[in-house]
Amino acid sequence: MSMINYASREINCKLVYYGPGLGGKTTNLEHVYTKVAPDQRGKMVSLATETERTLFFDFLPVDLGTIRGFKTRFHLYTVPGQVYYNASRKLILKGVDGVVFVADSQVERMEANVEAMQNLYDNMAQYGYDLTKVPFLIQYNKRDLPNAAPIKDLQAQLNPGWPVEDPAKQKPAPDPWHAGESLVFQQDGAWVERAPYFEAVAVTGEGVFETLKAVAKLVLITLG
Amino acid sequence: MTGAGTWSIAEDDHRKITEHLAALLQESQARCALVVDRTGQMLANAGDALKFDPAAFASLTAADFSANDQLAKMIGEPEFASLFHQGEKESMYLADVARRAILVVLFDQRTTVGMVRLKVKQTVTDLSRVFEEMFGRASQGGGAKAPGLLEGAEDEIDKLFGD
Ligand SMILES: Nc1nc2c(ncn2[C@@H]2O[C@H](COP(=O)(O)OP(=O)(O)OP(=O)(O)O)[C@@H](O)[C@H]2O)c(=O)[nH]1
Ligand SMILES: [Mg+2]
Repeated sequence: MSMINYASREINCKLVYYGPGLGGKTTNLEHVYTKVAPDQRGKMVSLATETERTLFFDFLPVDLGTIRGFKTRFHLYTVPGQVYYNASRKLILKGVDGVVFVADSQVERMEANVEAMQNLYDNMAQYGYDLTKVPFLIQYNKRDLPNAAPIKDLQAQLNPGWPVEDPAKQKPAPDPWHAGESLVFQQDGAWVERAPYFEAVAVTGEGVFETLKAVAKLVLITLG
Repeated sequence: MTGAGTWSIAEDDHRKITEHLAALLQESQARCALVVDRTGQMLANAGDALKFDPAAFASLTAADFSANDQLAKMIGEPEFASLFHQGEKESMYLADVARRAILVVLFDQRTTVGMVRLKVKQTVTDLSRVFEEMFGRASQGGGAKAPGLLEGAEDEIDKLFGD
């Protein structure tokens, strides 16, 4: 739940990186941490197991600039991807303003991706949040690996789109990040919307800031 | 509800909260007191200057509280309204405020957990009133909800994120 603090003149928003185990959520935050100037970010907190698997969450606050005299401060969280940790995963979603789903592009991880996506939808629903109505995007990570599935297949499995019921939204919307593609379009006569997506190689940082900026922007726009 | 929504804290609310914290410190002889919201954002603090990263502290406080909430449910309690963590020199006492926020009190041997617990009760009542007013205004669509602070700011947002 975003909070506007008129005393400190800050807008605070919570972003959650969700996705299957070992998909690269923690790596996304680590890259942001190393690249953002120290005066624009806080300490990174990681509650992890001895083997560096996220146990509860990672946390990193970053300032992304000033709008209308208010500092925009984003609190980045990752959840533990391992299926076993669902209770803590759910807690982290509380009050979320924007979600990034970090998918593991490797063909072998397709099923884990699909399961994690379903789990995200279910956990959101338990708080009364509708994944199709909150700022949400998908990052296809590990694009550097030879066994990475084609984007087309990942999109078909993880981002097939949801029906657009609101008549006001039933008009074509181009995908601002991919020329020639659409976020809202007609399919077999019905209007469908897809989440924006990004390709990334989190270990080298490719696509990491693009993803962060895009979700941050969607969150600020919904605040409007 | 479709998402988590927005709320805001006005300067006046912030002043009231800080005053209640200051009163608590005076009466309890605790070192410092903080208010953190349930999503882990620091709202206010009073007393000794913080020697740690406030954002990290706030996020861990919220996580601690919500994990304990779930533990309470598992053993058949609706909630643990307060938590006490005892250290050798420094201890902390956490109390729920109207299910909206968490009051954290840090104290040392100058006082006792009994004294802190006693004084926190009044502060929780006072703070609950402030929060209920704040959120009451928010649900009526005025006051606490920022009426379109960023309305028409699309250009500015674009500029902020344009590379
Ligand atoms: N080749 C390759 N490896 C990556 C990439 N991103 C992350 N990794 C590696 O994948 C492993 C897991 O990354 P993490 O960031 O810890 O994954 P996670 O999603 O946080 O995992 P959990 O905490 O268990 O949910 C690490 O060894 C990373 O170095 C990538 O883009 N390409
Ligand atoms: Mg992790």
